[in-house]
Amino acid sequence: MKTKTFSQLNKTIHEKGRMAIMSALAANPEMSFKELKESLGMTDGNVSVHIRTLQQAGYVIVSKTFVNNRPHTTYRMTSEGLKAFNEYIDLLEEIVRLNREGH
Amino acid sequence: MDADWAAQRLGEIRTLMERTSLYRRALAPTATLTGVIGMVAGVIGWTFPVESGSGFCLFWMITGILSLLVSLLMIRRQAWKDKELFWSPPTRRFIQALCPALFAGTCLGIVGMMHPQISKAYLWNLPALWMMFYGCALFSAGFFMPRGIKLFGAIYVLCGSISMFHFTTAALTQTLPRIVHAHIVMGSSFGILHFFYGAYLFLTEHNQTN
Repeated sequence: MKTKTFSQLNKTIHEKGRMAIMSALAANPEMSFKELKESLGMTDGNVSVHIRTLQQAGYVIVSKTFVNNRPHTTYRMTSEGLKAFNEYIDLLEEIVRLNREGH
Repeated sequence: MDADWAAQRLGEIRTLMERTSLYRRALAPTATLTGVIGMVAGVIGWTFPVESGSGFCLFWMITGILSLLVSLLMIRRQAWKDKELFWSPPTRRFIQALCPALFAGTCLGIVGMMHPQISKAYLWNLPALWMMFYGCALFSAGFFMPRGIKLFGAIYVLCGSISMFHFTTAALTQTLPRIVHAHIVMGSSFGILHFFYGAYLFLTEHNQTN
């Protein structure tokens, strides 16, 4: 049962960097590149790579606007992303619960 | 082992969600400048005696609004420099948390302003009440802010409570000093405390970057 639950964990979200980005976007409706980078302590390259993967999975949407005539990129979680993130958390909670019941 | 790992990961997610939703903008400069404005206002109110009840309330309400405007300008300036939105979700949460207690404090000031014949006891308790409401506002905002804001808020509540106890006792024994001295209480509580908190933030930020 436990093995089955583990195999169900979403591989896209499971990676540590992407999980951090998804957690940040779940707590904030919108975040800029700089906010993500600084609050998570990640490098520019790391954020870019993980955001691209999450974007390809349809979990994150990228908006490019101008603030004070300067380009401003923000990221939001899609409803599909939120659903996947909630399912990921539910599975983790289930693993904890199953283990507690087993002892 | 698996459950430990899952529980640890859930803990990491919770920490990340809390950490990323914190408000961090321009804390040290705004606290220091608010402190300077408070101290200068205290000295002005005491030196050029603003002694009427409504004058006292008006003077400190204007000082409060001035401090708020200067703080907002600094926050906006930092947002502009960092190419970020001013009205970001953490800023919104921070302002919303401040609002109820600040609104209550403002109402107390308006009451004092509208009734020139208001008692000396009310006026002397006003700094204490303002401290308590301000402390409550900071404590609420502390849930969305780092760096000991909740403790800072609690210090205000404590100072306000002590002041209230002291001035109520003085009012009952009819030993209240002249209103002009209340400017010193305001200047030292809102001025000096902010100034020291700002200095603490500057020093610890400096240490963190080194």
